[in-house]
Amino acid sequence: MKIIVAIKQVPERDVRIRIDGAGRWIALDDVEFRMNESDAYALEEALLLREAHGGEVIVLSAGPERVGQTIREALAKGADRGIHIVSDTLADYDALGLARLMAAAIRNEAADLILTGLQSDDLGLGQTGVILAELMGIPHSSLILKIEKADTGLKVLRELEDGWFQHIEMPTPALLTIQSGNTKLRYATLMGIKKAKTKELRAVPADSLGVAPTPVVLLDSLALPSRQKTTQILSGTPAEAAAALVEKLQQEVRVL
Amino acid sequence: MSTVLVFLEAKSGEPTRISLEALAAGAKLASATGAVLAAAMVGTANGTGFSALGAASAIYALDHPLLAHYTADGYTAACVQLISRLQPEFVLFPHTYEVRDFAPRLATRLGRVLISDVTGFQADAGRVTFTRQLFQGKLNGQYRAASPAPCLISVQAGAFRADAPTATSVAIETFVPELDASAIRTAPSEPFRAAAQTVDLSSAPLIVSVGRGIKDEANIALIKDLADALGAELAASRPICDAGWLPMERQVGSSGQTVAPRLYLAVGISGAIQHLVGMKGSQCVVAINKDENAPIFEIADYGIVGDLFEVVPALTAAVRKAKG
Ligand SMILES: Cc1cc2nc3c(=O)[nH]c(=O)nc-3n(C[C@H](O)[C@H](O)[C@H](O)COP(=O)(O)OP(=O)(O)OC[C@H]3O[C@@H](n4cnc5c(N)ncnc54)[C@H](O)[C@@H]3O)c2cc1C
Ligand SMILES: Nc1ncnc2c1ncn2[C@@H]1O[C@H](COP(=O)(O)O)[C@@H](O)[C@H]1O
Repeated sequence: MKIIVAIKQVPERDVRIRIDGAGRWIALDDVEFRMNESDAYALEEALLLREAHGGEVIVLSAGPERVGQTIREALAKGADRGIHIVSDTLADYDALGLARLMAAAIRNEAADLILTGLQSDDLGLGQTGVILAELMGIPHSSLILKIEKADTGLKVLRELEDGWFQHIEMPTPALLTIQSGNTKLRYATLMGIKKAKTKELRAVPADSLGVAPTPVVLLDSLALPSRQKTTQILSGTPAEAAAALVEKLQQEVRVL
Repeated sequence: MSTVLVFLEAKSGEPTRISLEALAAGAKLASATGAVLAAAMVGTANGTGFSALGAASAIYALDHPLLAHYTADGYTAACVQLISRLQPEFVLFPHTYEVRDFAPRLATRLGRVLISDVTGFQADAGRVTFTRQLFQGKLNGQYRAASPAPCLISVQAGAFRADAPTATSVAIETFVPELDASAIRTAPSEPFRAAAQTVDLSSAPLIVSVGRGIKDEANIALIKDLADALGAELAASRPICDAGWLPMERQVGSSGQTVAPRLYLAVGISGAIQHLVGMKGSQCVVAINKDENAPIFEIADYGIVGDLFEVVPALTAAVRKAKG
């Protein structure tokens, strides 16, 4: 099975959110980056499938040069090669534009399966994978926890709301968006890190792909959310705050 | 006159609560833009669920045997046909797992991008901008369509208040889309529930819930001590259960349990929407978090901004002392 995994590099989880000078994104100086959480699970699923059935795992990521680090991390965990759509101005594209770039970069690969994460931790659109499926003309299913090979193609486990699940069968080629949490993620081994340096990582400039950034949806501005509810903040040393809270729990909430 | 079209989701023939919220959002948007409100739902026109959609001045029953079970291909094709007939200005959906699955495909087929998980909108001088959250609720973005109609939006759970249902006074029109079984590529099977739950958090009066701020499995003991001191049940956010530090059945949120205790004490939980929908019915929410801007403080009655590794032991001691 030839599997492509789309991986996004996103700011570190505890990033301090400050809006940048242009008011269109967060300030990125001093920010560290990591692999998007659900994408790490997508990569893990791809590696498990390859271990079970053979084939190739190709990592696809779009972004500026620093994204190369995250692709290398995926290669160190065991992916076979990487494709990097290089762009310093990815924010000029909307999700449709980005998916068009991705489709153009992988069309000739004729993959059997494309995996993406469910949702990016920064933009949180939860859409890029599904859009890509439509552009590629292939079926998809989202919120997938488990993938098995079946006679007809694939049998997948989809998460539904409130603790419900469902199996879905579909032919390949197909696209799945992966939900976090079904497997334990592997770590890169020292050997893997060494090997990753020699693996193929192809850089494809975004403007070589023939996709104009003509967004149909625009992000006009950003703002920190304004407080709606007035939370009573209990201040002081930990012991003082704890004592103040216990008093509230006794006198006002009456649960002690 | 332009149209705001709302797609509602039905469970056992009745519109779901979040669908009625989307309908309310649609009604607000229609009145702000001088449009008429239309509603569409999968089902047969004589189904009971349609009789309470009085807010809409046109109602469509998407009726086709191939829509009996949800598939992205079937729903996409059906919606595209209704949209091309009605030519609405705005199309609204509730932001459910089903909508997340097919609406981006539908938008793509129309050459549009869905503005997903919207929490509000502003309309002035003919320009409508939509608010949606980024960075899991830590930032708000203002989005707008830069293309001709339709503009597609999905509405976050709890963002709009559902109006009390009113009786339908217009005729419900059956809309039979042209669907071809061979164009439906996925074969879903019956939904099922995971093994019976042994922990029922929904009736617990006191809950102490732990999130990724706890950093390590070994530290869960700290939270357990606090829960024991309070006589509370232990719960968690998804990443804690994903990591296997606590069993899945203790997960609170959209893919876990929904709880409404007298006290919900959230420790090291940021307050992403998928967590909040599972606990915001709690009578009193207390949050302990080192980040004063964490979204959990949006819905907390009391908050302690600080390092949980200092605050939690102090709190456990204070509770023990108070209880004598
Ligand atoms: C379709 C879907 C379904 C989902 N279903 C669920 C669900 O059912 N339940 C659920 O919970 N999530 C669910 N999620 C995930 C959700 O979006 C969030 O990712 C998750 O809730 C975050 O968990 P968290 O708050 O524990 O972690 P984080 O967001 O990482 O927050 C950790 C918090 O701990 C604080 N912290 C760190 N160190 C300390 C310290 N020393 N002292 C004090 N505070 C500290 C940080 O400031 C931060 O606010 C779902 C997501 C999707 C896309
Ligand atoms: N710049 C990117 N490069 C590679 N994959 C991406 C990129 N942006 C989004 N994706 C993929 O699409 C998924 C959904 O992202 P989003 O639609 O932004 O929530 C992510 O989890 C990734 O798998």
